[in-house]
Amino acid sequence: MNFQRVFSLAKKDLKKMIREPAILFLILLFPVILTLAFGTSFGAIGGSQSTTYQIGVVNMDSAGPYQQWSQHFIESLTKTEILKIQDYSNNETAQTDLIQRNIQAVLVIPENFGQSCNSFWNAPTDPSLWINTTVQLYLDSGSMFATQAIPPIIQQVLTTTVYGEQLTTVARPIQIGSPSLVQASKLSVFDYFAPGIFAYAAIFFTMIVAQSFATDRENGLLRRINITPTTPTEFMTSQALSNMVAALIQVALVFAMAYLVGYHPKGDATSFATAFLIVSIFSLCNVGFGLITATLAKSPGAATGISFLFIMPQMFLGTFVGLALSPTAQVAGKFVPSYYVTDALTSLFLRGAPITSPTILLDLTVVSVFSIAAFLIGIVLFRKYGKI
Amino acid sequence: MTLKESAIVIDNLIKKFEDVTAVDGLSLKVEKGELFGLLGPNGAGKTTTINVLCGLLEPTSGSISVASYDVRKELEKVKELIGVCPQETAVFPYLTGRENVELFGNLHTMPKEKLRKNTDELLEKMSLMEDAKRRVGKYSGGMKRRINLIMALVHNPEIAFLDEPTVAMDPQSRHTVWDFIRDLKKQGKTVILTTHYMEEAEELCDRVGIIDHGKLIALGSPEQLKKKFGAKNLEEVFIQLTGRRIREGS
Repeated sequence: MNFQRVFSLAKKDLKKMIREPAILFLILLFPVILTLAFGTSFGAIGGSQSTTYQIGVVNMDSAGPYQQWSQHFIESLTKTEILKIQDYSNNETAQTDLIQRNIQAVLVIPENFGQSCNSFWNAPTDPSLWINTTVQLYLDSGSMFATQAIPPIIQQVLTTTVYGEQLTTVARPIQIGSPSLVQASKLSVFDYFAPGIFAYAAIFFTMIVAQSFATDRENGLLRRINITPTTPTEFMTSQALSNMVAALIQVALVFAMAYLVGYHPKGDATSFATAFLIVSIFSLCNVGFGLITATLAKSPGAATGISFLFIMPQMFLGTFVGLALSPTAQVAGKFVPSYYVTDALTSLFLRGAPITSPTILLDLTVVSVFSIAAFLIGIVLFRKYGKI
Repeated sequence: MTLKESAIVIDNLIKKFEDVTAVDGLSLKVEKGELFGLLGPNGAGKTTTINVLCGLLEPTSGSISVASYDVRKELEKVKELIGVCPQETAVFPYLTGRENVELFGNLHTMPKEKLRKNTDELLEKMSLMEDAKRRVGKYSGGMKRRINLIMALVHNPEIAFLDEPTVAMDPQSRHTVWDFIRDLKKQGKTVILTTHYMEEAEELCDRVGIIDHGKLIALGSPEQLKKKFGAKNLEEVFIQLTGRRIREGS
């Protein structure tokens, strides 16, 4: 491989991103503006200023032998200062208030909640001895903010109070969501949105790559490069390099803007390095999707349209937009790579998870496998059917 | 790298696109240092022939060697020796003129100093030095075509394929390019030139080959062909051979 060719092609692509106004907007300005808008709208400015939500809690385990667990859980929810807890003796009354919008969510703690917690602590490494249970959550579907912000807060509080700060296992007896190691106090809605914004911004590389390839093909530039001694490997390496560099610049700018509007994530230098690594690997995935799109598209215009076949599922199932999804849709999210990017960044920045935690390692592995597969499939398809 | 023997040898080349035969049994030999004109109307098979010669298209049958290298088997060697100026202006509009030229020099792994020197020389010869720092997207059509040509030749190739390099140029630009092509010949380069302009072929080419429907229907120097067919110019030769004029955009 000749790096003079690789670097000159990568440099050319980076110049394109900076000099073409549409690309500059989509790759750099739009994510920064989006971050600014979300940061100012959802309470990041000022850091400790946070929105509050009225939550109805029905504690079915208030009289059981292990009632201290449910009480501890409710106390922790109260301490977040985001959730204002209102006790209900039964679910029907709580549901009535929810329908009438007196509260924004209902949380039903099951009868065997304490038993389940106890079974976990009696045998933390032996899931066969656990008593499994489910905490039910009902949300006001008319409140976008509530549906997006409340579930992750409850997940985090549950994990922290029931399992402790340093949960090392992925399996748990009480199923609500992924492990969370954060203290939920004094967090704003924006803190929950921010990790998803990084992934959201990166998925638009699919469109940029697809348009770029379709345009260069239409203008005979791919054929022209093909006449030079440049090998396909050198050409694709330059694509990967330029898009990874662009992704790093993008995530740095988004982070800088988020920080300016009050986003102060957890984590140390290694957390940030890991976040940058994951996003840059994810950009490879989008190059692959872009190549597949360019293979299918006959023109740059068609490439724009077709690219949404890859952008939309990733946007709705795998970024901050997905926070409000139904449980079924959340399962579907596990089939899109952006879900794992958002999950990893959430774990790193919101929960302060160490980079060696199973969640981060799993997310990194899945994003890498997705990305390499998409990139290779994209190359093969474009070379075979791309009509250079 | 230097040429081993004849510049180009084409033997019974056939190129088919599904049921259309674009090149039909073409045999041709171009000597080293020769300026060879490939003439014919649109759809005659000129560009297809050039695309096969530079490895962009796989021939259906027949053999082609460029600088004694088999294009099918030793394409990488061939790519190092050739420079191709495509018919369409294939330039990056967001790069400056100089950046476009230097990009292609880098793709041929030219040393930095030599690349700068060649770029300066070529930009000067093509009267583009003053506009070298402007983005090509802002250039006029003629300027884009001149940059298009420089990009093909910046690495000083032994063999140049120039596919209608002067089409849609104003007379002044066209004469600049003609001078440039003459310079290439003086430097001993082998040039394959396709053109619609008969006066261009007469002015520049040592020999011309006229092809129609993918077949070579005449071959010789402009003088030989005019004499052979008792014609005043190449256009008359062509009309006699094919019964039609060479037209642009037909």
